[in-house]
Amino acid sequence: MLELASTHGTVPGETGLENSPLVVRGLTVSYGQKPAVFSVDMTVQTGTMTAIIGPNGAGKSTLLKAVLGIVKPLSGQVQVFGKTLNAQRGRIAYVPQRASVDWDFPTRVIDVVLMGLYRQLGLLGRVRAQHMARATDCLDRVGMRDFANRQIGQLSGGQQQRIFLARALAQDADLYLLDEPFAGVDAATEKAIISVLKSLRAEGKTVVAVHHDLTTVAEYFDNVFLINTRKVAEGPVATAFSADTLQLTYGGRLATAQIDQLAQVPG
Amino acid sequence: MIVDALLLQLGYNATLVALGATLLGISAGVTGTFLFLRKRALVSDAISHATLPGVCLAFIIMVGMGGDGRNLIGLLAGSAVSASVGLLCLSWLTRHTRLAEDAAIGVILSVFFGLGIVLLTVIQTMSSGRQAGLEGFLLGSTAGMLWADAMVVAVGGAVVLALILLLRRPMTLVAFDPEYAAARGLPVDRIDLAMMGLVMAVTVVGLKIVGLILIVALLIIPPVTARFWTERSDRVVLLAGLIGGFSGYVGAGLSASAPNLPTGPIIVLVGFTCFVISLLLAPNRGVLAAVLGHLRFQRRVHLRQGLLALAQSQPIYENLTLRLLRRADLVRADGVATETGRARAAKALRDEKRWEVVRADQAHEAAAALYDGLRDIETVLTRDQIVDIDARIGGPQGVGA
Repeated sequence: MLELASTHGTVPGETGLENSPLVVRGLTVSYGQKPAVFSVDMTVQTGTMTAIIGPNGAGKSTLLKAVLGIVKPLSGQVQVFGKTLNAQRGRIAYVPQRASVDWDFPTRVIDVVLMGLYRQLGLLGRVRAQHMARATDCLDRVGMRDFANRQIGQLSGGQQQRIFLARALAQDADLYLLDEPFAGVDAATEKAIISVLKSLRAEGKTVVAVHHDLTTVAEYFDNVFLINTRKVAEGPVATAFSADTLQLTYGGRLATAQIDQLAQVPG
Repeated sequence: MIVDALLLQLGYNATLVALGATLLGISAGVTGTFLFLRKRALVSDAISHATLPGVCLAFIIMVGMGGDGRNLIGLLAGSAVSASVGLLCLSWLTRHTRLAEDAAIGVILSVFFGLGIVLLTVIQTMSSGRQAGLEGFLLGSTAGMLWADAMVVAVGGAVVLALILLLRRPMTLVAFDPEYAAARGLPVDRIDLAMMGLVMAVTVVGLKIVGLILIVALLIIPPVTARFWTERSDRVVLLAGLIGGFSGYVGAGLSASAPNLPTGPIIVLVGFTCFVISLLLAPNRGVLAAVLGHLRFQRRVHLRQGLLALAQSQPIYENLTLRLLRRADLVRADGVATETGRARAAKALRDEKRWEVVRADQAHEAAAALYDGLRDIETVLTRDQIVDIDARIGGPQGVGA
């Protein structure tokens, strides 16, 4: 614990991290007087897929939101591709939790994806054929092309998740942050999403996702980041995703037998 | 008379009022849409009630400086100042205390309105000789409307609409998904404040025509009405502007067509009429459409259940089911299935078996998700797939597909 608390080091002093997509140092976020995330360090490598794992209320989503500046951290630093967050906004795409919006909002699927092109469109720019083509391409990548003109209220949970991913794709970012992309979706959607994420990795992009299903961690991800308010472990699935680290993260919430089984899932 | 009023033939004042009310209706409808989409409609009620102390203080100050006190620009400037104070208090309360927004609205609304009424009473005793006429700001008073008053509405409305054109994209993004907007680096708080500022501008400009108590109706009824007719936010904005403008124009015309009809309340009632018509008759979201849709769905369920019962030679007890089957010539009056009835029943049963296979098969997962007991399997699977499934079920293949 003491060594965790002592890592308030500043990023610029560290070497070899200038090009890392995401470097977090000493990040603490608190709602009221109770820290949700305490003094967390995180380093993400280019072209990898990282799962953020931890029990309910462990600060997984809060960590993402603090990285993105949606919630204001109490202390700590965030660097994106070697610069401050605001200098690199255009290179980050965020896929929020599906339940965070009202799906009865009067808008069509294609309009949601076009929100991803907000920067290209600007305040007064017209939506042109090239923008429509780009948005349609992104829908195609998540298998939702035929739904472009549907009202978003008619979509199933999995379809909603896929258009959120399509909106992020439209941004053409280099770093993708996803909050529980597989929560409550059907198996077809899960397959579609993971294949898109893997294709992003193949293009050299970086993916970080809050993940809740321990059985698919080894199959889907390269690296894990285990958190329970504090960072517990970080690194490749083969080393950091072990019976010991899971025990430390989840404590009594997972049966020991279950943990042993999970940690042995082949990658 | 009404026709004359609607054709702007009732004289100078009535024409001014009609034009002013139309412009106000358009800008209020458009502005209110963003408030409605952001689910903060009632904030406008707090803002409008917070204008009253400002109007009174402006009057007192202008009289104190030796003026007439009834200068409209001065009074509106005062109302804008106190509405801003109310708005800032409201956003401070919601952001920095544990108070929920609805409670904060209640506090701001009542306190500012109470203060305004106290000041109004003070003014009435203070300047007994002068008829201040400030009560007109409560419910609007258009009797003595001047060219300059109409210009205030026109210019104010035009500025508001221009700003909305500029801010429509960020305001829509923030209304739909504020977290995503924040992640994109949009200043969500400032965009919200700008939206409230626009609402405040419309409120201040509209004080003379509809008054502070009813302006909320012009901000909220048009978007709520427009929402019934479309599923696209940009069209809700346009329709709300149209409905607002229509209400203002017709309402002003109606109130001018007979003596002693108050303009503001009549405008609100016209808007309300549009709302009721939409509520009842709108396709998809309207009440009538919902009832008809439910009945149609109920008939489909009964027909399907009836066919499955026929196929399995089970007795049918429900009268509605029997009636539907008879009306479709699927059973005779004595309850025995007709030729077509037997064929349809056999097909229904076979489709159930086909669905069973589909739902058990991983490969058909996407199709299986569409099962609801009613959907025709032909709309989900290709002919070849159905043939393939039939081969797996076995049994007679001749059942008409």
